Amino acid sequence: MRVAGEVLSVKRVGAHHHLTLVAPGVAERFRPGGFVALGVGGPLSESLLRRTFSIYRARPTGAYGGTVEVVFPVTDPGTEWLARAAAGTAVDVVGPLGRPYALPKEPVACTLVGSGHGSAPLFGLAERLRERGCGVHMVLGATTGAELFGALEAKRAAKTVVVTTEDGSVGITGRPTDVLPELLSRTATDVVYASGPTPMLHAAALAAEAHGAWSQTAVEQEMACGTGICLTCVLPVVGEDGVTRMVRACTEGPVFRGDRVRWGDIGSVPEDAWGAPRVGGPR
Amino acid sequence: MSDVDLTTTVAGLTLPNPVMTAAGCAGTGKELDQFFDVSELGAVVTRTVTLDPVAGAPMPRMTATPSGMLSAVGLQGPGLQGFLATELPWLAQRRARAVVSIAGATLGEYGELARRVGNSPGVTAVEVNLAIANGDNRGRDFASEPYQAAKVLEVVRRDVPRGIPVLAKLSADVDDIVDVARAVTKAGADALVMINAVRGMAIDPRTLRPTLGAVTGGLSGPALHPLAVRCVWDVHEALPEVPVIGVGGVRTGYDALELILAGASAVQVGTAVFADPTTPMRVVADLRHELARRDIACVADVVGRAHHQEGDRP
Repeated sequence: MRVAGEVLSVKRVGAHHHLTLVAPGVAERFRPGGFVALGVGGPLSESLLRRTFSIYRARPTGAYGGTVEVVFPVTDPGTEWLARAAAGTAVDVVGPLGRPYALPKEPVACTLVGSGHGSAPLFGLAERLRERGCGVHMVLGATTGAELFGALEAKRAAKTVVVTTEDGSVGITGRPTDVLPELLSRTATDVVYASGPTPMLHAAALAAEAHGAWSQTAVEQEMACGTGICLTCVLPVVGEDGVTRMVRACTEGPVFRGDRVRWGDIGSVPEDAWGAPRVGGPR
Repeated sequence: MSDVDLTTTVAGLTLPNPVMTAAGCAGTGKELDQFFDVSELGAVVTRTVTLDPVAGAPMPRMTATPSGMLSAVGLQGPGLQGFLATELPWLAQRRARAVVSIAGATLGEYGELARRVGNSPGVTAVEVNLAIANGDNRGRDFASEPYQAAKVLEVVRRDVPRGIPVLAKLSADVDDIVDVARAVTKAGADALVMINAVRGMAIDPRTLRPTLGAVTGGLSGPALHPLAVRCVWDVHEALPEVPVIGVGGVRTGYDALELILAGASAVQVGTAVFADPTTPMRVVADLRHELARRDIACVADVVGRAHHQEGDRP
């Protein structure tokens, strides 16, 4: 759905910005792993395309009506505008979009791994998993301490919390996936949930596979429309039939089974993909 | 205001309103149907259908540019068989007026697509995408030469049953769009769709290399709108009897009206759909308002109105 939203607040959280929007109707439909596409720059903006953000929290009711929260770093003029937006600024919201994280039917052990602001969607997920009686463990990583997100909240959300930074400023020195093999064994994890940049998701999917766990990975692909129309956010994913197809991160994803994504081929069209140019063919 | 008549006629088709989606900007129709009833549109133009499945261009496929976007998707799609099996029947079942966009790599492919699409149930019209490298002519676009473009239209018109209009989608990347318009109409095109995205390019500020995986791409969006208005104007001036569907940067009712005043009998909404999926129906409502405030009772009355000298402001 599309709603005329409004900025309620923007707060700095370390290197990130935590934006709360009034967006009635979006929260009711939210499931962890879903995202919103926000119009940036206001009515006179020459920036046509939306920016997409994984949903951190969504509250259907409250003093301001339904709200949606996202967490992001400033990466371009569009996110810069959002970061500086005053309370009351009109922001057009389309969402929630995308296929959310699949939840286990049984109360199994789950490890949630996030990197930087990619950790944001894991908290709503942790809540849903706990409601189902699942054991929840979390690994949060970042390059530096300032880029970590939600380390304090994680203590409430999970039984086990491991924090890593690449510069060693907080927690264990290294990447979040470095600690996964040991943690997955120790917690007897059945499902790994991951959110963050592609190399991290790849490593998480491999660690899950080595341990014999399922993995659910939420990819971060740049999108133009977020609604499945423009076909610019595609990545190679192997289907049930063993055939690789270029599928849309926005509608077939953003959450994929980690063992289905051809991580090393993201960004290209593999030669054996459905419809790939045939060698010696006309195009 | 509600008594404004938006009915329009294009190449023998009567549409309840002049707003269509542009090729490749409506997905399968289902994506937009979550936001509004696609059967309320003047017509839905499908993605461009190719004979075989196409995986599409390498990433990145898109980059935002001032008031527009640059994209190279490479016609990713399921191929004719997949399209006829799933996408077209859905549009027909929803009673959407489906205009099927087709593209071949050779004249033979265009012919086969025309035959098989033209004989499928639920096709309102066939739109011929000519912005395709011609395998038989050193890879130059069919759209870039009047002679080559006309040959395609001849083949498609011959193979699509009478009664189903054939629309030629023209490119502005040519010496004189009127020459191409004249050639394809003579070859049998029942209407012209103008304009396709124009070729553009961006260079990545970090890598200092081309931003798009395909190096160049199509520039679309509001940045293109004045160019579309000019092309529609030129062709309507030269060939006033040829129906034109205007496309290029439409996001408001007035953008649509501008193309209509320049000579278009209908308009297509493209890139603005990516920014806001509700745009097409908003343009319908907006256009109704733009006409009402000028006391225009029928949109059909102002097609090409900007060419008239009489002076009295509509």
